[in-house]
Amino acid sequence: MVTAAERVSSHKWGMAVDVDRCTGCQACVMACQTENNIPLSTEDIYRQKRTFAWIRIERYWYGDFPNVKARFIPIMCQHCENAPCEPVCPVFATYHNTEGMNVQIYNRCVGTRYCGAGCPYNVRFFNYWEPVWPSTLRNQLNPDVTIRSRGIMEKCSFCVQRIRRGVREAAQEDRDLVDGEIQTACTDACPTNALVFGDFNDDNSRVSIMSHDDRKYTHLDSLNTEPNVVYLAQIDATGGAIGEHE
Amino acid sequence: MQQRRILDEVTINRELLRGNLATPKWWLPTVLGLLVVVIFGFTLMGIMFNRGLGVTGLSRPVYWGLFITTFVFWVGISHAGIMISAILRLTQAEWRRPVTRAAELLTVFSLLTALFFPLIHAGRPWRIFYWITPFDFARGIFPNARSPLIWDPFAIGTYLTGSTLFLYVALLPDLGVLRDRTTGWKHSFYTVASLGWRGNPRQWRLQTVAGILLSALMLPIFVSVHSIVSWDFAVTPSVEGWHSTIFAPYFVIGAVHSGVSAVVTMMALMRWLWGWDNYIRPEHFDALARLLIVVALGWMGFTFAELIFGVYSLEAPERALREMQMFTWPWNLLFIIFFLTAFAIPVPLWFFKRVRNNIALMFWTSILVNIGMWLERFLIIVPGLSRKQPFVFTWDTYQVSPLEWGLLLWSFAWVLMLMLLFSKFFPLIPLFETKESQVFTTDVTIGRVTIPAVVRELD
Repeated sequence: MVTAAERVSSHKWGMAVDVDRCTGCQACVMACQTENNIPLSTEDIYRQKRTFAWIRIERYWYGDFPNVKARFIPIMCQHCENAPCEPVCPVFATYHNTEGMNVQIYNRCVGTRYCGAGCPYNVRFFNYWEPVWPSTLRNQLNPDVTIRSRGIMEKCSFCVQRIRRGVREAAQEDRDLVDGEIQTACTDACPTNALVFGDFNDDNSRVSIMSHDDRKYTHLDSLNTEPNVVYLAQIDATGGAIGEHE
Repeated sequence: MQQRRILDEVTINRELLRGNLATPKWWLPTVLGLLVVVIFGFTLMGIMFNRGLGVTGLSRPVYWGLFITTFVFWVGISHAGIMISAILRLTQAEWRRPVTRAAELLTVFSLLTALFFPLIHAGRPWRIFYWITPFDFARGIFPNARSPLIWDPFAIGTYLTGSTLFLYVALLPDLGVLRDRTTGWKHSFYTVASLGWRGNPRQWRLQTVAGILLSALMLPIFVSVHSIVSWDFAVTPSVEGWHSTIFAPYFVIGAVHSGVSAVVTMMALMRWLWGWDNYIRPEHFDALARLLIVVALGWMGFTFAELIFGVYSLEAPERALREMQMFTWPWNLLFIIFFLTAFAIPVPLWFFKRVRNNIALMFWTSILVNIGMWLERFLIIVPGLSRKQPFVFTWDTYQVSPLEWGLLLWSFAWVLMLMLLFSKFFPLIPLFETKESQVFTTDVTIGRVTIPAVVRELD
């Protein structure tokens, strides 16, 4: 009999992103926004250069005119095994848990923003203002997710509330988790299945299989951050894969 | 060296206690004026606490801006004290004597000012005790010892404690003098503060030993404080302009550069405001300027090396960073001002003896250096964050808000006000050091001029 605690620590959550499948539709961005009660990035906030998007689609152009093509790279917290943001936090507001996730503890955060300065992927977001939602959106807020007050950092949590619910339900039914049973908001919303979420400790999971693909790469290898998000390079129409962008 | 008045002890007492036993006419209006700015600054902080850090100009990639720049700047200024009082004391440089106290005072007050900035810069400043206090409260976790932000309070706390003790030990004989020359509540205050100083041989020996011990104990701090401040940046592998192994010595020597310049500024002000021409003489400026030439050249070497180490790799993000720092408007303007003010204008000027002995020129060149050194920190911190790694999609810059400029102004008013308040109650030039230097000095006649020469008894 495997206890619930053992089941929890035996996971190593991660994501695989097939850049070749991404159409840049931003469905993941919207799904994440809704799921995680992310403060609205209004025009004002945009002008202040303080927009929030736990997952964003970075758009890059390649090729020479007139054969210019767009390439879309979804970037979210890479949940680095060797995260630059973790050692620098003076109050342990961010740390690595046993499931391979880089977690942010809002209550501990004092808002030094050192983690944000240290993150090479720029995926940490600081609440410069107290977040406000128009009254029409108040009832839309997800009750499973804390609303972050001003003065603290937030970032992609791999939809930890969904992971917890999935693990708990499987434990109640006394069975092992099935690959694909737990979906984050962004993987759920992705129409082309460019985003895949799963357990790297399960050799047969889709993310494990994808992480052995020839096209696999991780971002900013030179910094040795060991991300838990792997990317599959885009296949160029002229043949061959386009590797990590410069 | 020029001819000099021989001062007897009565004159020294009378002239150096000028600001304490009587109040100069300009003192009250100046302090009140500074107080207005200080209150204005605290109001700005109140607005910031009330509304959140949104009122600053900080953005997403640029999470650190003017506040951290100013923090590093004031910690840099604080190196003045340890340079003048500890290093010059241990190397027995006689010319340090009139400026030891003012330099040490500058250390204490600039550290007190520097401390404000990281604390008001926190998103939730009411929770900073979890950060700066090495105690787990009820949470079951101590602060994270791996974070340079934990090393900072330790480094600065140690420095502040050491400097305050040092300042106090050096004040004791002068407090005794003041106690004997005051009446009423002031007399009671100085009686308690002077800790029963009677000036007997045993007390003098203890005071001297304590001074030397404290200087020696503070020597490691000389290296550690700004090294640790530099590690706030240097340990961050993901920011191109920050992640550099030479940051520790580079920052230390930069701090000495700005700190000693600040001492020069202050000496000129003391000479003008209290008319202590017999005590702070051109030869002191001359000596400090010679020291500054050496420090500035060393610092320029590090600046150059840092740049070369950076661009040597020819990596795209590093190139993008340097391109922004040096060639993109408005950063290129800041870079040119930085280079001219911190190095290119003052250092060649200091090579001329006539400049070194000219108080007004020394005053303005030292101000220039500190403008440049502030810009140096700004040019390290902000472009580094604006051009972070190859994800060009998130590159963005930072617009300093009026509130931040206001708090920069506040920091200067705050330091000046504290210094002026101190000058009312304690002598800014140590009486006993001045008298001691009179004892150590004999006049040597060479040709037609008589110049002071320092003799010391050997133990």
